[in-house]
Amino acid sequence: MARVVVDVMLKPEILDPQGQAVQRALPRLGFAGIADVRQGKRFELELEGPVDDAALARIREAAETFLANTVIEDFTVRVEEEGK
Amino acid sequence: MTTRVGVVTFPGSLDDRDAQRAVRLAGAEPVALWHRDKDLHQVDAVVLPGGFSYGDYLRCGAISRFSPVMDTIIEQAKLGMPVLGICNGFQVLCESHLLPGALTRNDSLHFVCRDQKLRIENAETAWTRDYSAGQEIVVPLKNGEGRFVADGHVLDQLEAEGRIVARYLDVNPNGSYRDIAGITNAAGNVVGLMPHPEHAVEPLTGPSTEGLGFFTSVLKQLVNA
Repeated sequence: MARVVVDVMLKPEILDPQGQAVQRALPRLGFAGIADVRQGKRFELELEGPVDDAALARIREAAETFLANTVIEDFTVRVEEEGK
Repeated sequence: MTTRVGVVTFPGSLDDRDAQRAVRLAGAEPVALWHRDKDLHQVDAVVLPGGFSYGDYLRCGAISRFSPVMDTIIEQAKLGMPVLGICNGFQVLCESHLLPGALTRNDSLHFVCRDQKLRIENAETAWTRDYSAGQEIVVPLKNGEGRFVADGHVLDQLEAEGRIVARYLDVNPNGSYRDIAGITNAAGNVVGLMPHPEHAVEPLTGPSTEGLGFFTSVLKQLVNA
């Protein structure tokens, strides 16, 4: 089965208080040297059919209208290679 | 004829009963609307209540926005039907693109629950004409994702067109840009509000009765129409 991954991240100009909280906790746990953390969402979509241009176009449409709120978020769509 | 105001129940709505009660106290007939029913049952206006529809999964309001009842509400709102979204209802209106911007996680990361002072900035919308511009009211506020954000251009446009309906006073509880507590669309029939006027309609349970004006306003609007 083919897998398509949609990553959704807050736009750079939108404050990410969750990412900030994670970033502030890291040094306390001994993980030094991490300057910034942004937290996002990853969707793994398993397709019934082949990953062709038409299928990817529909997934982009789903990402644009539903998986991401493009007022505050950016998204990327990529196909996960077989056998990985 | 009694004015009929619909109150939608989504899976996870919490404040639908309080909203119905506020509608009744204002002198209108509350009509329960179900998220899966496209039919608005001849209501004259609609309230989208607070709560955690669909458990806030994906994003607050994102799944409710695609419910069958919302198809009809979006269509009717564009034709001028008054719609008030409170808290989660405001999030649904932003996700529906009936209102600009978005509601994001409070800057403090804490869920905030307090009696909140507001200033009514626009007393000409369908839901605020019983107030006067500049009037200060106190109503409960309770949210975890109530931080209103929009890009600078949209914020400037909202200011220039008088579409900021209410602002937080004294304390900005969630980091909303420009202290925005509520906004309206260009026509003034759709209003989104993060605080809860439906919890401030009776002295026994509310910090004031100053929330009732939202519900009496729409009644006046509909009777005069």
